[in-house]
Amino acid sequence: MVTVEMNQIVYQRPESLADMPTHYCPGCTHGVAHRLVAEVMDEMQIREKTIGVAPVGCSVFAYNYFDCDFVEAAHGRAPAMATGVKRVLPDRVVFTYQGDGDLASIGMGEIVHAAARGENITVIFINNAIYGMTGGQMAPTTLPGMKTTSSPSGRDVEQMGFPIRMPEMLATLDGAGYVVRRSLHDPKNIRMAKKAIRLAFETQLRGLGFSLVELLSSCPTNWGLTPVESLRWIEEHMLPVYPVGDYKVAQALAGLRV
Amino acid sequence: MPRELLKGNTAMAEAAVRAGLEAYFGYPITPQTELLEYMSKRMPELGRAFLQAESEVAAINMVYGAACTGARVMSSSSSPGVSLMMEGLSYIAGTEVPVVLIDVVRGGPGLGNIAPSQGDYNQIVHGGGHGDYHPIVLAPSTVQEAIDLTVLAFDLAEKYRAIAIVMADGNIGQMMEPAELPPMRPLRTEYPDWSTRGAEGRERRILSSIYIDPKEEEVMNYRLMQRWRTIEANELRFKEYFLEDAEYAVVGFGTAGRVALSAVRAARAEGLKVGLLRPITLSPFPYARLDELAEQVKAMLVVEMNAGQMLGDVQRATKERISLNFYGRMGGITPFPDEIHAEIHRMVEQPLPPGSDPRAAWLDSFASVLHVDGR
Repeated sequence: MVTVEMNQIVYQRPESLADMPTHYCPGCTHGVAHRLVAEVMDEMQIREKTIGVAPVGCSVFAYNYFDCDFVEAAHGRAPAMATGVKRVLPDRVVFTYQGDGDLASIGMGEIVHAAARGENITVIFINNAIYGMTGGQMAPTTLPGMKTTSSPSGRDVEQMGFPIRMPEMLATLDGAGYVVRRSLHDPKNIRMAKKAIRLAFETQLRGLGFSLVELLSSCPTNWGLTPVESLRWIEEHMLPVYPVGDYKVAQALAGLRV
Repeated sequence: MPRELLKGNTAMAEAAVRAGLEAYFGYPITPQTELLEYMSKRMPELGRAFLQAESEVAAINMVYGAACTGARVMSSSSSPGVSLMMEGLSYIAGTEVPVVLIDVVRGGPGLGNIAPSQGDYNQIVHGGGHGDYHPIVLAPSTVQEAIDLTVLAFDLAEKYRAIAIVMADGNIGQMMEPAELPPMRPLRTEYPDWSTRGAEGRERRILSSIYIDPKEEEVMNYRLMQRWRTIEANELRFKEYFLEDAEYAVVGFGTAGRVALSAVRAARAEGLKVGLLRPITLSPFPYARLDELAEQVKAMLVVEMNAGQMLGDVQRATKERISLNFYGRMGGITPFPDEIHAEIHRMVEQPLPPGSDPRAAWLDSFASVLHVDGR
């Protein structure tokens, strides 16, 4: 049995997370993703040398929640903006935090070329299969048959095409150093996600090129499910389409334990 | 520095380098490409950042990111590419970070062609991106002026945390003429107190164009507009030729202004009391000087390499008090001095009545220039 001293702190807000409430809906996993990134920044002691790039979408206000320098990009352009920062300040840590509409739809060009260039930045990619901020429209990652406010009869792949698997695509590029998918639907997967985020930042610090962690995330509000049902929905419906896995791991990272 | 035979595009590039440029992001497009090519060699040579972006959209957003670090940054492009940058320019304006852009204007609309034009006046001076903001716009008429205005653009952009655009045309970018480059300035070692370079030993900083509360957005807009009034008061630049005793005035900027000067000289040689006003800042625009001139001269002729985009601003200044005439060449055509000379004679001999539509009159007579059916 584990005993805990009454005055021992076992859980607190990471220093890299600003002390303020977020605007995220109850049950949304953005909060978990934010916390994991902040914990990694604390552990690596990089908060004071990090510049974050926020996207357009539900995490548009991400800049408020991290206690580090932040800039706010135009929709989809975070990888280009991050490139601008990183090229001027190559010794700083630069990361983008982007949703699926931002990264896989309007920002497809920017993300692909940042990866192809081996741009030494880290990308946290939130995939919840929907446009959250604008109220639940179809995203490039929306599952076949999935109902959204702009695919009311379900995504018909004949008309609306197929979901895009970003890590699988980006892993084909030589500039990619670390490209993986994780999920935030249960504690075990959350722990795996944190390790991946750590490795992604380690990739950047070691100058091994572009790093991206896709995080399968929930959107209870726009999915019309409870928070618990949403996590189950990730497991049952998203995981088969978006398998958790390592799609590209630079050889130099192979022996690294975090 | 000695005078050298320099090509406009590479001269502007080297001028930017000597002004302390720390990062360049661009995309190939004629007739600007030599500028990007020059940077691709020169910037790495000096240990500075150069990157050929995947598109103009990406290039301007790279510039946006780099500008947030407080570094001196720029991009260059030509008309269709600049159209693609408009979204980014609006964000840059809304974030109040200094950026320099060189637009080597070509014929349009659409893909148009690669010949010199002034068809970007509206998109650069009056528009482009969404929302209320004004870029500072500088229009060179020689390679020397292109060099000087490029250096000035960096200083003005930083002074006012604004966008400064050098709007050249394909002639200025492509021509070679003797010019003198400025001395190399040292790179800056201190960065402004708003720049996001990592929150080491200080509070975090956030750079964003979002003001989600409309009340705050309105305050921000007010700040931009008040700053613009300061720019209007301090940064107006234009050049006058033979205007002291002029009874007639020609107004033209950039290459059109330069060609018009030859025509004005020829008319002066004939004894016509005609002068030239050449705006150097298109934004801010010399409204007050034109207002004064309208009290002095009998008629004005506006000459542009477009269908009269600056004409509207001259109309606003002169307010139907005098005969206002227009001559334009479009689609990538540069007028010859004798064409403008003939238009000066037309202004003197058959001036349009004040208040009439100069563009309509020009279009009616222009059919004979094009040898097409005017209907």
